[in-house]
Amino acid sequence: MKIHEFQAKELLAKAGVAVPRGIVAKTPEEAQAAYGQLGTAVAVVKSQIHAGGRGKGRFKEQPEQPGVVLVKSAADAAAHASRMLGNTLVTIQTGEEGKKVQTLLVEQGLKIARELYAACVVDREVAGPVIIVSSEGGMDIEEVAAHHPEKILTEAFDPVYGLEGYQARKLAFALGLEGNALKNAEKFFRQLSKFFLDNDCSMAEINPLVVTEEGELLALDAKVTFDDNALFRHQNVLAYRDLAEEEPSEIEAQKWGLSYVKLDGNLGCLVNGAGLAMSTMDLIKLHGGEPANFLDVGGGANVDQVTEAFRIILADKNVKGILVNIFGGIMKCDTIVTALLTAYDKIGIQVPLVVRLEGTNVELARKMLAESGKKITTGLDLTDAAKKAVASIA
Amino acid sequence: MSILVDKNTKIICQGITGKAGLFHSQQCRAYAKEHRPGEDVFVGGVTPGKGGTTVDDFPVFNTVAESCAKTGANCSLIFVPPPFAADSILEAADAGIELIVCITEGIPVLDMARVKKALAFYPKSRLIGPNCPGVITPGVAKIGIMPGYIHKPGTVGLISKSGTLTYEATWQLGNLGLGQSTAVGIGGDPIIGTPYIELLEMFQNDPGTEAIMMIGEIGGNAEIKAAEYIKAHVTKPVAAFIAGQTAPPGKRMGHAGAIISGGAGTAEEKMAALEAAGVVVARSPGEMGVALKKAIDNRK
Repeated sequence: MKIHEFQAKELLAKAGVAVPRGIVAKTPEEAQAAYGQLGTAVAVVKSQIHAGGRGKGRFKEQPEQPGVVLVKSAADAAAHASRMLGNTLVTIQTGEEGKKVQTLLVEQGLKIARELYAACVVDREVAGPVIIVSSEGGMDIEEVAAHHPEKILTEAFDPVYGLEGYQARKLAFALGLEGNALKNAEKFFRQLSKFFLDNDCSMAEINPLVVTEEGELLALDAKVTFDDNALFRHQNVLAYRDLAEEEPSEIEAQKWGLSYVKLDGNLGCLVNGAGLAMSTMDLIKLHGGEPANFLDVGGGANVDQVTEAFRIILADKNVKGILVNIFGGIMKCDTIVTALLTAYDKIGIQVPLVVRLEGTNVELARKMLAESGKKITTGLDLTDAAKKAVASIA
Repeated sequence: MSILVDKNTKIICQGITGKAGLFHSQQCRAYAKEHRPGEDVFVGGVTPGKGGTTVDDFPVFNTVAESCAKTGANCSLIFVPPPFAADSILEAADAGIELIVCITEGIPVLDMARVKKALAFYPKSRLIGPNCPGVITPGVAKIGIMPGYIHKPGTVGLISKSGTLTYEATWQLGNLGLGQSTAVGIGGDPIIGTPYIELLEMFQNDPGTEAIMMIGEIGGNAEIKAAEYIKAHVTKPVAAFIAGQTAPPGKRMGHAGAIISGGAGTAEEKMAALEAAGVVVARSPGEMGVALKKAIDNRK
């Protein structure tokens, strides 16, 4: 699960990770007042959307207006806020449709001496959490990794105790920090690791992590995502969920225990199992089609789930046909066909439907399909089904 | 011959009084009865607080240690819900269980990080999964949720991150007359008990295994590590398939681990690494069986 920058900073501040002073504004008047309350000559007004690249992003309705802007007066803050709020910000990560900005974060200006990078993630190879730091703050870390791998330092830490003091100091020394900044860095890195563990984060990325002229370390930006599997023990985090930032069809699918990801193609697919669902997408592409979605109905799909799965696939107006691919294991093929036929009638499927079944009770299931009198094409194996499905919408 | 599972494997189920736990325990017991009539293979289960009772003739114990003492179990199949699954894995290890197969999907990743660290203190215990279909040595024992009848005894060692895709591969192999020595689902989570490499080593050393089929997914670099290992140590023919060639970056494809992040973990780079290691890589999931056949024929 993703959250907004201002929410991440609230959580970070509570966990003892230093962040700049900031005030949330939902109207130009609030932005104007925030400038006054912060009391710094320069303040920053930042659009709050889940996507990155906001500084370089521009608004659809206000093509000159950037998503993040420096302001030097209260009136300036209000003027920018009025061009941002309610408008659609397009960044490299939002796609052409952009994201509507409903909230702004107004922050104090800082005298920045250096920009660093710090992030905690789970590293699969060490099978545990790691902290990554770099002297190249403010840049895309993947770019740094590709061109200057020597500028990236990684330190694994204990999943219970977090980063130890000596580990934090090692990183701080390597970054060339000294004096106050050294002391503050030790605290910052350790608190960040604790924050990561205590909240079951998937990622806690601070980029840039700024060092001020006074040697303070502050999270100038914060991108925090959470492990969906652990949300059951973090009700406070769940409260931060912003449904407006998510794909409505994916929210709907979750309610029904379906795993669904919307894609750009026109051939829908309904599959049991994540691996087989991914492979079915690959298969469609391999035979010249474009998958419209990833959809895993899971191992115990019942009539309601299958019906809902069809409804979600068909709600996508790009879908011109559907490929159903089921390998019945414990779940019997005839059970799936019963669900399929019920759903077919309930929804009144109008697009071509190609069904490929294999596994337990497949003979009975095929007979049921053939005798149903519905316009359903049967695929003999994976390849045959994919070819027929692609041909059905050509 | 086989790996992980043999005639001495005695299984209990943690979470046996739950719906899925009981159903699959019954299925595994039926499989054992059909293939090894008269032998006790699936010997009971554990649900804290329900010790001393029975469920469908399975004796239920309060603790894993007690179940081991009373039944001689050395293998545990875990169906405990995600919030408690990490604890169950550790209980099994502490009771001396040698093979721990965790089916549970949705365990918090940091719980698994803690489990991994703790398991280092139990060198005799091996964890398979979590979020996996389990392990089967056809004709000997089924420890998981796979449909037993599609697996035939044979000489192919199968290692897979996915469930139904494994069944698909097994099916295709069956149509070509190829059975399995052992099929292992390693799981689709970012942190798993047993990675490809350890299983590749076991299959390489198993006289009953003549060829290896590996099924991977996008996300992480386990397949690339496996490719390096194959190049250096595996002399048996290997075929592979990687799911998710068309998956968009940054989106989780069902399995928690199946996500391309920062341009890394793509199917393309994994397939290239495997091919460079001499592995026959199926481009289409419809050709997994054919790829393995080709890998075997290439050596003739």
